[in-house]
Amino acid sequence: MVERLTSKDTNVHPKRVLHRNIGLAFFRVGMLGFGGGPSSIPLVHLEVVKKYKWMDEEEFGDTLALANTMPGPIGTKMAGYIGYRVAGFWGCINAIIVSIVPTVLLMLLFLGLIQAYKDIPWVQNMSAAVVPVVAVMLGVLTYDFIKKSSESFGWLKALLLLALSAVLMEVLHIHPAIVILGCIIIVFLPLLKRRKKE
Amino acid sequence: MIYWQLFIAFFIPGILGYGGGPSSIPLIEHEVVGKYGWMNTQEFSEVVAIGNSLPGPIATKMAGYIGYEEAGILGSIVALFATVAPSLIMMIGMMAVLMKYKDAPEVKNLTRLIRPVIAILLAFMTIQFAQESVAGIGLGSTIFLMVASLLLLEKFKVHPAFVIVLALIFGAITG
Repeated sequence: MVERLTSKDTNVHPKRVLHRNIGLAFFRVGMLGFGGGPSSIPLVHLEVVKKYKWMDEEEFGDTLALANTMPGPIGTKMAGYIGYRVAGFWGCINAIIVSIVPTVLLMLLFLGLIQAYKDIPWVQNMSAAVVPVVAVMLGVLTYDFIKKSSESFGWLKALLLLALSAVLMEVLHIHPAIVILGCIIIVFLPLLKRRKKE
Repeated sequence: MIYWQLFIAFFIPGILGYGGGPSSIPLIEHEVVGKYGWMNTQEFSEVVAIGNSLPGPIATKMAGYIGYEEAGILGSIVALFATVAPSLIMMIGMMAVLMKYKDAPEVKNLTRLIRPVIAILLAFMTIQFAQESVAGIGLGSTIFLMVASLLLLEKFKVHPAFVIVLALIFGAITG
């Protein structure tokens, strides 16, 4: 079956087809996924499980769970890992490049336009008018994080943790990286102790 | 030197941003605006606004753009590499070990415990942006734009890109 298919497309190497498909799949995910990586996961699922059948439901679920255990942007972790899993090192590079380069170029284009005309007063006012909208977007994101915190800890404990974080970072001006590293240590210390005992 | 700074500025959010790209926005702001002063709050808010309006992963859009602004194409590549590579390499390299721990309660606890930290970072960024807006376009316009965009985004579920375009039009007309 596979041989028949490849002999039909006499000019096309199967490896090349695979790379073209990886490129197309993650290009579509990148260009259609509004709202950052987490909101593009259903699109990745559509391409990888439904369309190209590179993974079954279970493997995709495992990959997603695995990606969630690691820090960093989720969209590129998924793209890079799936590219690697399907077509090795170059598959990984391919998937990453098609998912980030087009959107970075769009950023340069749009922000370049704003920069080029930024000395005209009404253009200045345009970019100033965006600031409150971003404040609202960040406020909504804040609310989501607070709501999820209270769902997993309960209101009282969540409020205490929020207050503690506020004091550490905004009053004592401890770098967020240190605070997050502290969280990592607190969570994994009991695990290490338990393993030593066993 | 600038390349090393760019690497560190994006490596830290990349390696500590649990919960995907959006949770690394305040960490990126901390480095880019707070620590290195490459941008002021308004410039950074333009990057977030345009980033939110365009498709694709948010952290890499910001890294690619800020890297390019500071140090050209190579800067862009360095910032993107620092954002993407560390966690991806860890994921591919530690696949076998991680598979064992993917359902461990500690992993879920970690994401839970970091959430309030990110919430506070986001909350203070929100306040900072609101203050910046009042300084830029005045209290009246700020309140109007904030209420209008909150209603459009959350109540009427209008796409963020469209809300940004409306804000740009409002700015052009009132300017």
